[in-house]
Amino acid sequence: MNGDPLDWFEGMTVRDVLKAKNYVFKLIIVTVNGTLIPRGSYDEAPVPAGADVKVVHLISGG
Amino acid sequence: MRAAHKVLLEVPFTPSEPSRGYNMRTLHVDLTNLKVTEKKVTQEMVDTFVGGRGFGLWYLWNATTPTTRWNDPENEIVISPGPIAGITQYPGTGKSLVVSISPLTDIPIDCNVGGYYGPLLKFCGFDALELQGKADREVIVLVDGPRGVIRIEEAPLEPADSHICSEIFTHMYADGPQDLKNVSVVSAGKGSDHSLIGCLNFSWYDAKRKAARLKQAGRGGVGTVFRDKKLKALVVRGPVIKADLNHVADRARIQKVGSVINKEIHDLDSQQCNMRRQGTAHLVEVMDAYDLLPVKNFQYGNHPDTKNIASWVWDKRFTQGIPDGCWYGCTMSCSKGADGHVVKTGPYKGDVVTVDGPEYENAAGLAANCGIFDPDWLLEVNFYCDTYGVDTISYGTLCAFAMECWQRGILDAERTGGLDLTWGNAESQMELLHQIARGEGFGLIAGQGVRKMKQIFAERGWGDLKLMTDIGMEVKGLEYSQYQSKESLAQQGGYALTNKGPQHDEAWLIFMDMVNKHLPTFEAKAEALHYFPLFRTWFGLHGLCKLPWNDIEPANNAEQDEPAKVPEHVHNYCEIASGVTGLEVTKEKIIEQSEKVYNFQRVFNLRRGYGRREHDWPPYRSVGPVTVEEYESRAERYDKQMAEEIGVDPAGKSVEEKIAITRTYREDRYAKLCDAVYKRRGWTTDGVPTMETITKLGIAFPEVVELVKKHGG
Repeated sequence: MNGDPLDWFEGMTVRDVLKAKNYVFKLIIVTVNGTLIPRGSYDEAPVPAGADVKVVHLISGG
Repeated sequence: MRAAHKVLLEVPFTPSEPSRGYNMRTLHVDLTNLKVTEKKVTQEMVDTFVGGRGFGLWYLWNATTPTTRWNDPENEIVISPGPIAGITQYPGTGKSLVVSISPLTDIPIDCNVGGYYGPLLKFCGFDALELQGKADREVIVLVDGPRGVIRIEEAPLEPADSHICSEIFTHMYADGPQDLKNVSVVSAGKGSDHSLIGCLNFSWYDAKRKAARLKQAGRGGVGTVFRDKKLKALVVRGPVIKADLNHVADRARIQKVGSVINKEIHDLDSQQCNMRRQGTAHLVEVMDAYDLLPVKNFQYGNHPDTKNIASWVWDKRFTQGIPDGCWYGCTMSCSKGADGHVVKTGPYKGDVVTVDGPEYENAAGLAANCGIFDPDWLLEVNFYCDTYGVDTISYGTLCAFAMECWQRGILDAERTGGLDLTWGNAESQMELLHQIARGEGFGLIAGQGVRKMKQIFAERGWGDLKLMTDIGMEVKGLEYSQYQSKESLAQQGGYALTNKGPQHDEAWLIFMDMVNKHLPTFEAKAEALHYFPLFRTWFGLHGLCKLPWNDIEPANNAEQDEPAKVPEHVHNYCEIASGVTGLEVTKEKIIEQSEKVYNFQRVFNLRRGYGRREHDWPPYRSVGPVTVEEYESRAERYDKQMAEEIGVDPAGKSVEEKIAITRTYREDRYAKLCDAVYKRRGWTTDGVPTMETITKLGIAFPEVVELVKKHGG
């Protein structure tokens, strides 16, 4: 996950990854093995074992 | 009160409306000699400095000498909106830029502020206002466009505090109820009289609430300069705002991108940052979740009580469904207000007021950073900072410093005159602000800011200067704004390498660096610290708010190259600038325009005896853990870094030893970052723009050349 290992479990979804990392910021872009995951699909999008997950946060800061 | 006014000067002028964003004239007010002069804007000035902050810096350079102090009559406050300011078809297009020599830093400060003053001044006929000299009594300066008159009036009786005098002057100079929205007032309050952290309030008339609302030119003490000149207020009365008072080159280009982004904000804001309901306060719990919220003087990054000041609290406290844009046509509409606050303390105790905010910076700085998590106290201190004309960011950070000094025994009740500065003591924080306003007690010391407090405490033998240097969160004399930079080397540079001091409006790179890991090398960080400060400087040249750039994104932004830059919005800004001025502006031109002004500002710092590497060095608290408690709060992370990056086994070492090892490593990395950034920016290893750079940028004026050569450029 962004280059860091994350404990995987059967049935893991993108939402599970975001919860595990406490990624609450809304302006993010998620890819799983290079495939862009639409924001509305985070709850269902599966994360296979060993997947390369990238969660790109856009710039913020008020 | 008006009966007590005495007209000291009245000068007729011919109002005009800009053409393609420019009037090509500005106004100079000499308060000492009561003289008003119009100045022509040359094409060279436009080509090199564009407007806004650029005009401000150029005028300030010419008005002052290298040794002009902030409270010398020669110091100016320059207010300039910029060529795009005042259009109504795109959000965030009503900003003014304020430039002056800062009482805190002794170098130019630049502030970007909403409210109507700048655009209305522009539509009276002036691209900038210079205020120089000092009046010998309390005055207001009125620019009345529809009547074609400029007046300096003695105004002895109106209170200085902004929530009152904005209201008074708005009504005094408006020609009836329909005209109230065409009047804007600039003011600072009693807090600006007795501190170095004074801010300016720029009003805009909220027709729904039937009240003057306030936006702040917050940083650097510009309110202090204002009150030192014995200015009670500036008042502008402009024409009725219409769709194209800028007489732009191509309105269709602006309307096209404006309608797209307005729809984007309407459709998507509630799923994204929710700015229309929560303003920048949406960030509070987000920063807490990422360990970035400053807690207890930036020692920590989160707190279990953050939920008490989180966005959902403000969602309920802000009055919803009211247009809250600080300029016409702003659909981002994020200047939220909390109505019905009953003031608990001080001279306005018992009054029911509208509080402008809190913004994120206020919630983080005034509350979390001081260990206070009470929304009612936050509203109280927010209200008083605004009306007293006190910068909330500096006030929050200096209170946090004072509270840590209390924690560490540097301050005690005898030294503070009885104020108990225990973490979380909101009443003491409030009383300290009232002392600043009254000009008494410990308030007179605290109001001088963190840098002076360190000096004073050390001189009096109260505390160890080395420790206070480490924990005193200021660079160049300006207090830090409210983000933890410890775990982001890029943000450490984003703060400490900023021209004016550690304000986050040049670069906010924490997510790119710390979370995305998109900046793995010094060169990558340097590239970001080249691009983003220049991109963001551009907003300050043109009179723009940065929030519509990246606090909303198009639905397909994720599919674009470099989505962090929000390329569609960058394209929008090119279209707007081209549409207003008729000059074809590309994304490359944006950087070119900014780079001239940015480097000029660096040389301006040099001219004043600063602007070199030693002045870019941050306090260690912003780079890594100073104390045992800080290290232990993130021990796992720091130990892991020690093992994996530093190559030292943390096992068996004391916390003090590990702090020292971490410090050596991190300070060395910061030094290497400076090397990479200076190289990328075309500066020497001492941070001085080179001859090649200033020549390439077209700013090789004789005095600039002399300075650069003298300092090894």
